[in-house]
Amino acid sequence: MSIETTRTETTQIHNIGYRNYDGPRLGRAYARRSLFSQSLRGAYGLGRSAKSKVLPMILFAVMCVPAAIIVAVAVATKMKDLPLDYTRYAIFTQALIGLYLAAQAPQSVSRDLRFKTVPLYFSRPIERVDYVLAKFGAMAGALFILTASPLVILYIGSLLAKMDFADQSKGFGQGLVSVALLSLLFGGIGLVMAALTPRRGFGVAAVIATLVISYGAVTTLQGIAYGTDNIDAIKWMGLFSPITLIDGVQTAFLGATSSFPAGAGPSAGLGALYLLVVLALILGSYAVLMRRYRKVGL
Amino acid sequence: MIATESLSKRFPRVTALDRLSLDIGPGVTGLVGANGAGKSTMIKILLGLSPATEGRAEVLGLDVATSGAAIRERVGYMPEHDCLPPDVSATELVVHMARMSGLPATAARERTADTLRHVGLYEERYRPIGGYSTGMKQRVKLAQALVHDPKLVLLDEPTNGLDPVGRDEMLGLIRRVWTDFGISVLVTSHLLGELERTCDHVVVIDGGRLLRSSSTSDFTQTTATLAVEVTDSDTHPDGTRALREALTAAGITLHAGVEDGLPGAGHILLLEATGEETYDLVRDTVADLGLGLVRMEQRRHHIAEVFRPQQANQQEEVPTR
Repeated sequence: MSIETTRTETTQIHNIGYRNYDGPRLGRAYARRSLFSQSLRGAYGLGRSAKSKVLPMILFAVMCVPAAIIVAVAVATKMKDLPLDYTRYAIFTQALIGLYLAAQAPQSVSRDLRFKTVPLYFSRPIERVDYVLAKFGAMAGALFILTASPLVILYIGSLLAKMDFADQSKGFGQGLVSVALLSLLFGGIGLVMAALTPRRGFGVAAVIATLVISYGAVTTLQGIAYGTDNIDAIKWMGLFSPITLIDGVQTAFLGATSSFPAGAGPSAGLGALYLLVVLALILGSYAVLMRRYRKVGL
Repeated sequence: MIATESLSKRFPRVTALDRLSLDIGPGVTGLVGANGAGKSTMIKILLGLSPATEGRAEVLGLDVATSGAAIRERVGYMPEHDCLPPDVSATELVVHMARMSGLPATAARERTADTLRHVGLYEERYRPIGGYSTGMKQRVKLAQALVHDPKLVLLDEPTNGLDPVGRDEMLGLIRRVWTDFGISVLVTSHLLGELERTCDHVVVIDGGRLLRSSSTSDFTQTTATLAVEVTDSDTHPDGTRALREALTAAGITLHAGVEDGLPGAGHILLLEATGEETYDLVRDTVADLGLGLVRMEQRRHHIAEVFRPQQANQQEEVPTR
């Protein structure tokens, strides 16, 4: 009898003390998925402070408002076609996309570098490649949500307005491919800029500067070329800024109308070069990030 | 727990570890060395994050060169430097880190609540870390290393930046990690004294080489340095000198000049206590001289003493080559 009493007491003491964990350990792939979803949610301020939700949510809303207005007008006036192509929407709203990237890319990577949180990750099962893939995927995913959502609104609206289904689906599909490429390209560029600067403010400035300066320079030069009737030069210049690259690729392969001066987008041959440059930039961003984290790992 | 065999790590300019062979069992082990002695390099190799130039190392029976990820799943690591983002709460950070170690979401939350309670963080765990004191931050760092219930934790200078009270609390906590949680600990420090109280075993390295590896009982058994301070009296205007002469006459070994440069060094006598009788002898001698005994205390070993040859002779000497 007395032995049993002692046993019960021991159990009780054990229960309020330290408990060992013998549940499942889900390993590397699970950790990578967790980091991806945490970063993706973080890009919209979810799971973070109320203050950090403000900017991404406002930008998301502002991205969608024009689409909603277009749809409302199209439905009300019973248009036969949308007044704005799916592929044109991202070009049209590029300033918002740039702003979103400038705000969220440093948030995603600079904080870990600045507060030296990175060693906490690398002392766990995940490796450099998992960290980079999760962060890259999350940033591109967040941009895709931002750029694809208005297209979804346009598509649903076009179906409500009983526009030609096959035509709209094709346009919508082309638009999605285009923004997917754009998300990967912009996400890569944004993360590289942010990962090179532990200071968040510098990261924001660097991303904006890269996007604005390259786009500004390209359009200015294209304008000059247009003024001197040098149409060929316009086509080549598009290779030198991220958004004109996307414009070139979708003009050549995704049935888009180019927003270059005189609509002088690249033909399929030059378009292939555009696509190569886009893919090289995406892979290059990944390589730079891998290099960068080789140095800071612990 | 940890075994290394002529482990070396050379960088282009420096040799961080030089043919280090160690065998560390379960319990609390202190890794002592001056700054740059190779402690952090050692931890990086043990986590499988940095390849050794030569030799091999095993952690929990797994080779660091091939099973890095498996080791990191069962080992916790607390970095030396600040590593906490200020804008999230301790709970959020530790839950996230638990998931990074592979714990499912529910388990991560439960373990976080438990672990934070065990390291002594209560209501404040929901506030952003930016507002925490250094002591609280160190506890969060310890919690994230323990949250996945590892078999072994590597703590890199956990008492850095803490005041004496915080230091004692942290050391007590580290002791409990082994005694109450059953998790083995490898803790680095540049202060031998503080590890002496906490650890079962102490490894001293210098310049990447093993200087000494022995259990802490060896340290305390061999010698205890006794510090004695006395007042002056009318019959003995220099009480310290009178006592020194009396003790020397009684055949007690006095240390000279160890504490030079410290305040009050001139008034403190350091002598070697060989056992209980030394304490009695000092007491009686002081009483006979009619002096007032201000203090008589055991001095902690200082890292410098390990380097003193006469001290090393009395210890279990370990070949450094």
